Amino acid sequence: MSRRPLPFTSVDELQRALEDHTYLADRGLATAIYLSLSLGKPLLLEGEAGVGKTEVAKTLSHLLGRDLIRLQCYEGIDASQALYEWNYSRQLIAVRAMDAADAATHVEDLFGEDFLVERPLLAAIRAGERAVLLVDELDRADDEFEAFLLEILSEFAVTVPEVGRVAAASTPAVVVTSNRTRELHDALKRRCLYHWIDHPGLDREVAIVRARAPHVSESLARDVAQAVSRLRELDLAKLPGVAETIDWANALAFLGADGLTESLAVDTLGAVVKDHEDQELVASRLGEVVGDGG
Amino acid sequence: MVDRAAMGGGGGQGPLPPLIAFGRDLRARGLPVGTGRILTFVRAVAVLGLTDRDSLYWAGRTTMIARHDDLGPYEEAFDDWYRSLRTTDDLQVELNLPTAEPEGAQAEPGGLPQDLEAQVAGPASEWRAASEDDEVEPGDESSIRIVASAAEVLRSKSFNELTEEERAHVMALIRTLRLRVPVERTRRTRPASKGDRFDLRRTLRRSLRTQGEPFDRAWRARTARRRPLVLILDISGSMAPYSRALMQFAYAAMAAGRRVETFVFGTRLTRVTRTLRTKDPDRAMHDIGRQVQDWEGGTRIGESLRALLEQWSQRAALRGAVVVLCSDGLERGDPELLKAQMFRLRRLAHRVIWVNPLKGSPRYEPLARGMAAALPSVDVFLSGHNLESLEHLATTLGG
Repeated sequence: MSRRPLPFTSVDELQRALEDHTYLADRGLATAIYLSLSLGKPLLLEGEAGVGKTEVAKTLSHLLGRDLIRLQCYEGIDASQALYEWNYSRQLIAVRAMDAADAATHVEDLFGEDFLVERPLLAAIRAGERAVLLVDELDRADDEFEAFLLEILSEFAVTVPEVGRVAAASTPAVVVTSNRTRELHDALKRRCLYHWIDHPGLDREVAIVRARAPHVSESLARDVAQAVSRLRELDLAKLPGVAETIDWANALAFLGADGLTESLAVDTLGAVVKDHEDQELVASRLGEVVGDGG
Repeated sequence: MVDRAAMGGGGGQGPLPPLIAFGRDLRARGLPVGTGRILTFVRAVAVLGLTDRDSLYWAGRTTMIARHDDLGPYEEAFDDWYRSLRTTDDLQVELNLPTAEPEGAQAEPGGLPQDLEAQVAGPASEWRAASEDDEVEPGDESSIRIVASAAEVLRSKSFNELTEEERAHVMALIRTLRLRVPVERTRRTRPASKGDRFDLRRTLRRSLRTQGEPFDRAWRARTARRRPLVLILDISGSMAPYSRALMQFAYAAMAAGRRVETFVFGTRLTRVTRTLRTKDPDRAMHDIGRQVQDWEGGTRIGESLRALLEQWSQRAALRGAVVVLCSDGLERGDPELLKAQMFRLRRLAHRVIWVNPLKGSPRYEPLARGMAAALPSVDVFLSGHNLESLEHLATTLGG
């Protein structure tokens, strides 16, 4: 397997390249991504909701000029939704169209490429290193699916009984995310590099808001980031993520704000606190959260 | 290229021994770091080219840690290890970035020795052999049979009235309890002769036998699995006569499936699931005794529940779970807080069962402020003061 050279040769270069694509990664995350690409191992990202796990894969696909293939996991997902499926309706029609004499000889045709519906994992195997495979929210799938995925990630090959073995010519970059609604299995973790994404520090969050929402003024970005970091210290059921910070800053900028005040915060709280009881708690302590802006 | 002679033998100079030693140290601290992970770590360091402390830190963290809870111990271990290196020059040998991509996927990056795997695995297996000698022999399994009539008496005798000898018998009996956890239907389906979903795939397959006429139709039905079970045990002072028995119950509960979690609390919450998974119950009890800091202290149910909800509500452990809370409800903290947390718990869980040993007394009324605050959010209120009541609990989990 010959590998295409990566467009960067050090962690610092990668960090800068990510930044050019408006993704501000800290040193730890950049190292993890760099190692994942260099060692050809999948990268498992965990962290609170909204810290930018999914965004890593998207940015990476832009940065490397590869296609993003996304597999969104959900409860009950199985191989036919993740790997491949036959187009049964078409097959049925084809069968009806054949006459009895044909049927015996043409059955093979029913299970050819024409009737195969490619799902994300098969697409990724076929694309090889032309793709970035994002397996999103793996924790939502069940144990059986995780075991199945582990098999795919180890081999990057599958056997479709009717077609034969499909193997990747080269391995795609793989990013797996989990919100930790359950602990993933050790076997899968062993196969991956692991990185926990934390909420960013104040300065980094300001920079992220500025990069992602360039029309938001520096002073507004700082006010919002500061308020959000105070929110995270409150006893909330759902902590606001970076995505919420950006949403909030956007909402405020849309209203023409240049800084955060209590009354503005009341009007726009829904952009950042999305749980009824949390809203009540925050409303009662809004002065503290908004602070004096300094 | 690296001088083989300098690298060989696992001792002496060269960057490998310190790197491997770090991996082993993590393992000695109880982190699940296998040979494979150490190997990846060594490769990662070779790729990064060992420039500074940061690189080493992150190389180790990404490759050898796979659980958020392990980050704390890792920080500590890393600091110790890094300080133990005389200088980074110890490591700064010829492990530098390869100038060109290695030929073939098998080649090691950074001019690592070809027998890298053997070098990493070698010392590790020696280490493993050494540690097995230290294992404590499991205690003799008490194979005491008790006369049926005596057992009958023991079943209804309150835990706080048992003699030492009786206690041992009862504990052994509790461990043999079988818990019946209810099932839930999942979104996953399986082929079934009487299902509620049409199975196009199998129908098509069958239709080939009838010249493409989908005559024999196939169905799928949703599968079922056991709900998660969460035990939360009060081990504060007032519960002392009962907490040993409840812990044995928790041990028995571990057999009810893979999705079982056990927490204990007095003034703060401790997760003991992993410890309880030990094969030997006495060993498990012993380890928990050491792990838990607040045996027989005060009770802060509300705060402990809040900690549980904060850390675990995101996880499937609580969602749709059968939650069994064992406590006498003598709350020292704010009953309002307890009330709010119980309410949150009720909304997440499938069923909340409160086991209160005091309820075994016929004169008991739930007047304690904590208990009164919690009751509105409780589905089933049981006693848990003797073997009989725990048997009852084991069978009523499903309602």
